[in-house]
Amino acid sequence: MIKALIGLILGIVVGCLFPISITGEYLKLFSVVLLVALDAVFGGLRAAVSEHFSDTVFITGFITNALFAAFLVFIGDRLGIDLYYVALLVFGFRIFKNLAGLRRYFLKNLNL
Amino acid sequence: MSKFTRGGWSITFVCMIIGFMLAVQFRQVQDAKETLPNQRVEELSGRLIQLEEERDELEKQLEILKQESATTTNHEFISELKFQACATALSGEGVIIKMDDSTRAAKSGENPNLYLIHDDDILRVINELRAAGAEAISINGQRLIATSEIRCAGPTLSVNNVRSAAPYEIKAIGEKKSLENAIKMRGGVAETLKVWGIQLEVSTAANIQIPPYKGTFKRTHSKIVEENL
Repeated sequence: MIKALIGLILGIVVGCLFPISITGEYLKLFSVVLLVALDAVFGGLRAAVSEHFSDTVFITGFITNALFAAFLVFIGDRLGIDLYYVALLVFGFRIFKNLAGLRRYFLKNLNL
Repeated sequence: MSKFTRGGWSITFVCMIIGFMLAVQFRQVQDAKETLPNQRVEELSGRLIQLEEERDELEKQLEILKQESATTTNHEFISELKFQACATALSGEGVIIKMDDSTRAAKSGENPNLYLIHDDDILRVINELRAAGAEAISINGQRLIATSEIRCAGPTLSVNNVRSAAPYEIKAIGEKKSLENAIKMRGGVAETLKVWGIQLEVSTAANIQIPPYKGTFKRTHSKIVEENL
């Protein structure tokens, strides 16, 4: 948990220092990938607490999800279908589901 | 909490990515909010200042030109030229002639065209008026100038490339008595046209308003030859 937080802070620092700017078309891809990463972390934490976490599953899941989501958004843009919202909805939904799983685990274990 | 230690590194790695992306995205949105309207405002205010300067400059020029034209003595000369070019509205005594198509039905075998007003009828009236010393003439509000045409355009009449239909109202400024007599004289225009039942009404007036020529003067082929004065 502490490592994750340190990683987050490190990432923010690096992001602030790097003068990268993303223009119009790629902004959508970027935000979808961001959501995928959030989903992956929450999913990973939940898997960790329910003791079937696997590094390979976690990393491959993150990478394939991110790539496919970006691909969907890209194709959607070309076809004129807003698949962007589909990706946002699905990953948002999953984040909340994983959050609920985590909450249940803590409630059970800490006897609150 | 020991459970989190398993696979901690991969989660750390993804967390780093998240942090990085969050920071970039945050800055991006912040930049977009701040810079775009600001740039627009700066651009617009710059143009405003520029235009205001231009306006002041033009106002100064206008003032200078006004003073120049007021001081020079050719003011009368200019208005005389304007009168000759028919570019000023005029008023004075004269006649108003109203012409309309015949109300009589054409007899069988007769040309119905004879009962309608044609360009040459109008031209004859205009010619008489000019011969009688008319200083300014207008047809249905179109001032006749040196290059004005009067011609048939289907059922309408084209003057200065503006079409109008019957009835026609011809206004002329000049000595009203002689203008009236020129039209009404025996064997004159009015009498000839009356044969075909074409309505022609002449009335004199002490104050006739004639509008200026509203079109543009074209000079594409002719060159002005400088005179040695």
